[in-house]
Amino acid sequence: MLRASTEWLKSALLEVQEYVRLCGATAAASVTRPFYYRDLIQQLDHIGVGSLTVVVLTGLFTGAVLALQSGITLDQFGARPFVGRLVSASMIKELGPVLTALMLAGRVGSGIAAELGSMVVADQVNALRALGSDPIRKLVVPRVLAGTLMAPVLTVIADLVGILGGWVIAVFQLRVASSLYWSSVLEGLYPEDPWMGLIKPFFLGFVIVSIGCHVGLRTSGGTQGVGRATTNAVVAASVGVLAVDFFITRLMITLLY
Amino acid sequence: MEQSTSYPTLSAREALDAIGAPVVVFDRVSLAFDEKVILQNVSFTLIKGHTKIFLGASGAGKSTILKLILGLLNPDSGVIWVNGERVDRMTEREMMRVRADLGMVFQEGALFDSLTVFENVGYKLYEELRWPPDRVESRVKEVLGFIGLAEYIDRMPSELSGGQRRRVAIARAMAAKPRVLLYDEPTTGLDPITATTVGEEIIKLRDLEGVSSILVTHQLRDAFFIATHAAVRDGDGHRIVQADEDKSEEAEFIMLKDGGIIFEGPPGDLRRSDDPYLKTFLS
Repeated sequence: MLRASTEWLKSALLEVQEYVRLCGATAAASVTRPFYYRDLIQQLDHIGVGSLTVVVLTGLFTGAVLALQSGITLDQFGARPFVGRLVSASMIKELGPVLTALMLAGRVGSGIAAELGSMVVADQVNALRALGSDPIRKLVVPRVLAGTLMAPVLTVIADLVGILGGWVIAVFQLRVASSLYWSSVLEGLYPEDPWMGLIKPFFLGFVIVSIGCHVGLRTSGGTQGVGRATTNAVVAASVGVLAVDFFITRLMITLLY
Repeated sequence: MEQSTSYPTLSAREALDAIGAPVVVFDRVSLAFDEKVILQNVSFTLIKGHTKIFLGASGAGKSTILKLILGLLNPDSGVIWVNGERVDRMTEREMMRVRADLGMVFQEGALFDSLTVFENVGYKLYEELRWPPDRVESRVKEVLGFIGLAEYIDRMPSELSGGQRRRVAIARAMAAKPRVLLYDEPTTGLDPITATTVGEEIIKLRDLEGVSSILVTHQLRDAFFIATHAAVRDGDGHRIVQADEDKSEEAEFIMLKDGGIIFEGPPGDLRRSDDPYLKTFLS
């Protein structure tokens, strides 16, 4: 029992060490040459444009259900017209960044882990090195930069679509006047809230993609290993998103409010 | 009266290009993964334009030798020289310079699935060497013509047969004109006719392009074919002929067992060996 626990702890510490080393190497490679611009553009398109549909649908239904649920609660206080405040504050500060990040963990994190994992087991990563390319620069840097840059953009889109979804429910279901909803949306926000909603996704995007790359590049055990890596990447990235969200929120409340 | 003797001075590049120059040297190289010893005091020298063929059971450390040459692994002890540079303690960044003059054909080819044949073969030229597009196109067409796959230039790797994938992998490895080519099981899993075609490509590169090669294989038939045949120019083309005895001696077999070398010599000596393990392996 003790031996098994020690082994587990050693292996967990090794994973953390390798992850930190990958992050360090990625940071260094991001600011030195050579830089693969074409791969960065491909990844911006793949992660950003490719995730648009899932993010829009997530935002739309989240905003709509938020308006639906909060409408019932607000009715108890005769405060139904304030539904816009609740939708905008929840979407911009918390639900937009976190749900977008969780969707990205499912779509992008798993995809990166599977792609890099397949390349590792098929010796393609070694082939890259043999051909003179550094896998960190060629595979990791473009993905991490694209994920870090596109997560805030996708979050803003999810926020806007979510507020729009809330408007549909507020106007057509809850019978709140459209102008009242929109003024309530703006009144519900502190000036610091948009900053909170914009800064968090940078960190969440980085966490998702860097974990996907780390898990993918450490894949072993053939096709079974690729499947395992994909599952591990989604689980680790999802937990990472929720944990990092908590700590960043705590930090930003201290710094901004 | 004192007599002075003058020797011709050669640059490092000229010395390495000279006939008989050592291009790969292993000096008492050892490597173990945890408790498992993979290589123990392995020493050999590959001479320019010659071929070393590594034989041995699965797990004998054959592919590990290729990874050590490429710097994909570092040895626990011993010294490795590649094209005049000591590589056993080099960093990944320093190894990039050495790899510029090495080509590697991986098991199953290891072609990049998302790139076309053209992009795979030209990868190093446009991505790392930054050649202009017209020069890349011309070189890719040249090497694909050399291996007889010019019409497959726009295909994806998934559209190729196993043999074609290996030949494209050879084209990719030779595109930047390296002085040393490493082959990891290039004919394993191929039918005899396709394996002979791949073997002929290896012979052509060695004899017509002057590339030194290290081959790791289980396929004795293919190994002996490569060791005992030669490519000669014939007008605009070429012919594969039976090699004479001197030429055959330029290809040396190395048999690995339990992490060490138990035989090193030309094909004739391997066939005549009385060693029971070698006899079992060859039977």
